[in-house]
Amino acid sequence: MANAYTPGLKVSENTIITKERRLPLMGDVLVKKGSRVKHSDIVAKTELPGNVELVNVVNKLSIDPKEIKDFMLLKEGDRVKKGESIAQSSSFFGIFTTPCPSPCDGTIESISSATGQVVLRQNPTPVEVLSFIDGIVDEIIPKEGVVVKSTGAYIQGIFGVGGETVGELQIVATSPSTVLDENMINDSHAGKIIVGGSLITASAIKKAQSCKVKGIIAGGIDDETLKNFLGYDLGVAITGNENKGITLVVTEGFGNINMAGKTFELLKQNNGKRTSINGATQIRAGVIRPEIIIPKDNLTETDIATPPEANLMMDVGCTVRIIRVPHFGAIATVTALPPEPFEIETGAKVRVVEVKIDQTGEKFTLPRANVELIEK
Amino acid sequence: MHIPKEKITSILATDCGSTTTKAILIEKVDGVFRLVKRGEAPTTVEAPIEDVTQGVLNAITELEELCHRKFLDSGAIVKPKKNEKQGVDIYISTSSAGGGLQMMVAGVVKSMTGESAQRAALGAGAIVMDVIATNDGRLPHEEIERIRHLRPDMILLAGGIDGGTTEHVAKLAELIAAADPKPRLGISYQLPIVYAGNNKAAGLVEERLGKKTALDITDNLRPTLETENLMPARHKIQALFLHHVMQQAPGYNKLMKMTDVDIMPTPGAVGDIMQLIAKQKGIQVVGADIGGATTDVFSVFQGIYNKTVSANYGMSYSISNVFVDAGLDNIMRWVPFTMDERDLRNRIKNKMIRPTTIPYLLKELIVEQAVAREALRLSFDQHKALAVGLKGVQKERTIGDALTQEDSGESLVNLMRLNMLIGSGGVLSHAPRRQQTAMMLMDSFLPEGITQLTVDSIFMMPQLGVLAKVHPEAALQVFEKDCLIYLGTCIAPVGAGKEGKPCVNVKMKKQNGHEVDIDVPFGQLHIIGLPVGETAEVTVTPVRGFDMGEGSGAAVRGTVHGGTTGVIIDTRGRRPFELPKDNTKRVEKLLEWIKAMDLYPKYPKFE
Repeated sequence: MANAYTPGLKVSENTIITKERRLPLMGDVLVKKGSRVKHSDIVAKTELPGNVELVNVVNKLSIDPKEIKDFMLLKEGDRVKKGESIAQSSSFFGIFTTPCPSPCDGTIESISSATGQVVLRQNPTPVEVLSFIDGIVDEIIPKEGVVVKSTGAYIQGIFGVGGETVGELQIVATSPSTVLDENMINDSHAGKIIVGGSLITASAIKKAQSCKVKGIIAGGIDDETLKNFLGYDLGVAITGNENKGITLVVTEGFGNINMAGKTFELLKQNNGKRTSINGATQIRAGVIRPEIIIPKDNLTETDIATPPEANLMMDVGCTVRIIRVPHFGAIATVTALPPEPFEIETGAKVRVVEVKIDQTGEKFTLPRANVELIEK
Repeated sequence: MHIPKEKITSILATDCGSTTTKAILIEKVDGVFRLVKRGEAPTTVEAPIEDVTQGVLNAITELEELCHRKFLDSGAIVKPKKNEKQGVDIYISTSSAGGGLQMMVAGVVKSMTGESAQRAALGAGAIVMDVIATNDGRLPHEEIERIRHLRPDMILLAGGIDGGTTEHVAKLAELIAAADPKPRLGISYQLPIVYAGNNKAAGLVEERLGKKTALDITDNLRPTLETENLMPARHKIQALFLHHVMQQAPGYNKLMKMTDVDIMPTPGAVGDIMQLIAKQKGIQVVGADIGGATTDVFSVFQGIYNKTVSANYGMSYSISNVFVDAGLDNIMRWVPFTMDERDLRNRIKNKMIRPTTIPYLLKELIVEQAVAREALRLSFDQHKALAVGLKGVQKERTIGDALTQEDSGESLVNLMRLNMLIGSGGVLSHAPRRQQTAMMLMDSFLPEGITQLTVDSIFMMPQLGVLAKVHPEAALQVFEKDCLIYLGTCIAPVGAGKEGKPCVNVKMKKQNGHEVDIDVPFGQLHIIGLPVGETAEVTVTPVRGFDMGEGSGAAVRGTVHGGTTGVIIDTRGRRPFELPKDNTKRVEKLLEWIKAMDLYPKYPKFE
């Protein structure tokens, strides 16, 4: 095989970005196709049904489930206030009454004469979906949401924590190898998304939180730091709902790893620009990777040359990133793709790639599975 | 299928795993079906592709190159076979990509209908996210929150025996209706719910769930306390999986059009082939398939098939979860060198976020195999807890039962009676040396007495499982000839002793008349060479305090099967099996066992 399929993470200077903005439940779309939207605009909204409370009326009133409707003071669909009686029984010719009060504000959803339960639905919670990026509404998904289209820079991270946030991009690292520590963060970074180099330290996260920084982007993070930040050891990589007041996006992996030069340069070029980031990661089928989006107002679709069909095949001359030790994180050029399996140190016979590391010129033979293409 | 079964000579089969898509070519050679070649490629459910068929086409392309033949024409599979250089007769596939089938089950009593429902869902190839039961100790609002939060692909509602009380089932239906659950994939379709409970309550369930969900009613899976009837529910689940859930996963609509028969969930297909082996050979079997995201364990004891899916134990997507649940000490106990914890944690997380990478350095391989041992051990523990007899069954008790305190619901898994242990999945099938596979199986499952060890050669049991539906003869022929690799037989007396003290005597008579008579002291691994295909008669006599299945110190006779490793006498102890607590001694023992098994090429230069 002269080439091999090796997908990599996307890093584009100018590209067309489309973001699907969907409600979790059917609802109302508030914008029209073609309208220009800002990142903070509400594009769709709905109401999440409220929580439910099950009230076992028959137990409380010591009656038979079949009789429940005779004792109900309210019917299905009626609204009720907390403490208000929803049912009542009486004895001794009505002298003694036993009420069954509602545990919450809400609506009577159902009354069951099979189980004797009443289902009370609490008031609904409104849910709004924001545009998240500046752009134009490209498509309406009836009752579900919209697709917002924009142009600008787009970077996929490898792992993140925390949800969507928008802020001004601020480069604080001097190079892709700079370790981001607390001394590099101050109050002037409040509301901003800051960019470190090779590592986010635990002290930097703490300082950033206290300075109300909205997000941090860097090459790596130690798992120990992540554990302390989250307060638990992450078993399954499904993130995005952490409520930590800050979003982290890691571009290379775990450990101290220089940010890829191309990624760092692209972020540097966009210093000061409004940037949308999302740390949500799902390393499962239907994988979701964190994103960094920097919309460019003055860039039109026609300015963007139609990108050639994404070439995901690795070939001699391609630039790759080594994604496992040894040489983890190094950028290299493919020099050969031997077709026959090759025995590596573990004794396994695998398909390999011969690479030359760009920085040092050293040559190595590595499993093909341990490199990923860097899109040009 | 567009071609009659008897005319089939060439079969292309794929298995879309969560990490890798595997393609195999099976052909009739001299009247017998054999495996020809195997190709693989990363599964493509991730952006920018987000289409599982791309990974399938890539795996087939690799197969084309390895076979020097053409199976594809403009992205379509060439069917039927045109000539020796072009095309295949049928194309079939299994899949666990898309996260597999994620279900919640509900039953009235957790240990009775709840457990039966769990077994039905697991047997259909599902991952069970939670079991809701009226006695699960949670308040109704907590259960409702849970259903809403998990967003399963499907719910199986069971409960009650036929003709029994309907109130509890109605309560469960009300609970689900109140949660108003939304499916995980796509919000525009209704959540499929299978009702397999008390037939008298079907109307009540219909009233409560009929309008809100895609309700399907089938036969009760526990019609009486003494019987389980899981097949109707399993079939219904598999049908709904294909027609509701898979259609939402990226590229599955396309893949379903490409295959000649329905796509099967991978664990369902592996389970089918395991049952076939147990039935054919009349043996007790335990199988384990360790994947990237999940580990499936199968067992057939006394003709009863059980399957469990440990949803978050695996070697790539779920590797970090194995680390969290097993703990650092349990993983490092298998590693004969020290490692900086920070470095180890980062390496494990990097494997999780880049799941398709493979170990290049020997030390990395050893660490990954240590994680595999723990993933298998944890998954087997979960299996043993679920593979039990029916609970709540009234039994006639004798004085003997009362003395042994045996109750209904005891585990069906009996390691002393186990005949064959089958390993499957990348870390076992692709271990650079077969001895490593044997050792991982022994360390994780701790087989007792005499147990044959095997491994799926190139991880093709899923494809053979689905092939068995279309062409059972072809599936069995390939299984016998090409699928299983016979690693050897493990002889392990049960008991604990002191290092170096007498433990067992083994007398072996090989087919060529050669005899072996050896005493193996406690705490050792000793190999007697016996090649694949050969058998030998053994008499195993443990010393007092050790048991080979006939009681303390009693000799047993049996037949052992040869294999790539041979016959392994394991006197490291069972119940308990313990590694030395002192670190230096532990490393010494590990190195000694590594040497005895000839596990790694660089022994002992680990530092």
